[in-house]
Amino acid sequence: MRLNITALVVFVVLFLFITWLGFIAARWRRGDLDLLHEWGLGGRRFGTIVTWFLIGGDLYTAYTFIAVPALLYGAGALGFFAVPYTVMIYPLLYVAFPRLWKVAHANGYVTASDYVRGRFNNRWLALAVAITGIVATMPYIALQLVGIQVVIGAMGVETSGFFGDLPLIIAFVILAAFTYSSGLRAPAMIAVVKDVLIYATVLAAIIIIPWQLGGFTKIFAAVPTAKQLLATPPAGSGGAITGYATLAFGSALALFLYPHSLTGILASQNGGVIRRNAALLPAYSLLLGLLALLGFFAIAAAVSTTPELMPGFKAYGNNFAIPALFLKSFPDWFVGVAFAAIGIGALVPAAIMSIATANTFTRNVWREFFRPDATDAQESKMAKVSSLVIKFGALVFVFFVPFQYALYLQTLGGMWMIQVLPAVLLSLYCPFFGGRAMLIGWAVGTVSATWLAIANGVAPIYAFNVFGYTFPCYIAVATLVLNIVVSAVLSPLLRGSEPHERDVIAVK
Amino acid sequence: MNDPDPSRAHPIRWLLLLPIITMLWVPSYNAIEPVLGGMPFFYWYQLLWVLLGAAIIGVVYLVEHR
Repeated sequence: MRLNITALVVFVVLFLFITWLGFIAARWRRGDLDLLHEWGLGGRRFGTIVTWFLIGGDLYTAYTFIAVPALLYGAGALGFFAVPYTVMIYPLLYVAFPRLWKVAHANGYVTASDYVRGRFNNRWLALAVAITGIVATMPYIALQLVGIQVVIGAMGVETSGFFGDLPLIIAFVILAAFTYSSGLRAPAMIAVVKDVLIYATVLAAIIIIPWQLGGFTKIFAAVPTAKQLLATPPAGSGGAITGYATLAFGSALALFLYPHSLTGILASQNGGVIRRNAALLPAYSLLLGLLALLGFFAIAAAVSTTPELMPGFKAYGNNFAIPALFLKSFPDWFVGVAFAAIGIGALVPAAIMSIATANTFTRNVWREFFRPDATDAQESKMAKVSSLVIKFGALVFVFFVPFQYALYLQTLGGMWMIQVLPAVLLSLYCPFFGGRAMLIGWAVGTVSATWLAIANGVAPIYAFNVFGYTFPCYIAVATLVLNIVVSAVLSPLLRGSEPHERDVIAVK
Repeated sequence: MNDPDPSRAHPIRWLLLLPIITMLWVPSYNAIEPVLGGMPFFYWYQLLWVLLGAAIIGVVYLVEHR
């Protein structure tokens, strides 16, 4: 690959700018960073606009921006499931999460696990929720770093060997340093820059590239017909149709259970901010949908047979499709802007994810089981240190574990994450469920999801046989149903043995 | 705090089921025709629902926070 000096300079300058921003963020709406809700939730003071940038920057990650179009590029229409997925999350956000916010605010909860601990007075269920969140988020952080690696490689910087790892190490040190010093305020501020760059990039791409390629009609003509639609199911099977629907639905249910999404929600000022954002955040979905189509643009632009781009595909597979398309379509300086958008787009969610998992570890594992007498300052300190450990873990993962494993773990992570839905969301509405019953339901769901996924070669959609009808279904959805059934059946049976609920400030 | 939440959910909330049901009903949109501006129905219809979904949430918000 040719070393693209112009793009590299633009990229580095933008990176320096956000590094500076990350450090001065500590002084923004100044709070006492020795308190966990100040460091880890920005003092719960973010209004509609900051929350919009923060959650948007958090959910629509660099990896999403590379992987979703890559999926359309490789697998076709199935990859578009990201769009119905993001349509379905916002009604859920509107209805359920202001309620959770209220309980969390009234009781000083920082994590989902805090809520479960208070609601059920069951530390083991809370631990299950905490561990699930941490384990599901770790591979996600690793994938963000992979996103940075791909764009650095695309600018012609060698990314193998020790010196190849250096740029990633530098990006990591920047990330670790500003997260440590500024907490959630840093990614909230940087998210604004990231989004301006991302919107500029996508708008430019969606206007300039179709114009270069001769319009949408020509683009879709270049895409094989089999990739344009989901395959019509054979008789007696739901085929790709039920797979698509359940994948979108299950992903939507799991999304806001991830610690990092919840962090963005809990950091907002009030329930109204969350509701307004449910109506405003779809702007990002539109962006994601348009971006997904770039996967087809890449097919039409024949990037994989362009000689100077072929080494990239060899190194990064289909994930190289979007960087390749930008290299082919944009002038060098704008390639730098676009790649910086992706690179910074990786740092924002990586920062929020590491803060969220650090909050969870500190509150619900360390303090709960090891140091119940820790002071607030010690707690905040521990969270800062564990955010470093978590990021370092992700970095080691990227260097020493094959990329495919991170993907496997992320696929499994979605199926694990959804299993805390009964404890975190259903419990907001149904007092019927008991903590111990839910813990058993969680275990059954998690074990069966893992077992089915492994039997399935870690592909997310499993073809279930229901009375002779083949029903391909996202494993997360099927095992969640099992989880809820088990919890519902056991709840009345275990009622007598449940601990008394603690004093939780109830929310009507 | 300074933004009181609606104490009771307004029945208009049921509208929020509409985007979910529409998106789950995949056979209704797994089609090429009608093509719009060169884009197959499958794609522009789902993108359109991103906007409609946001509009529905906006309407529910305005009604509940009157």
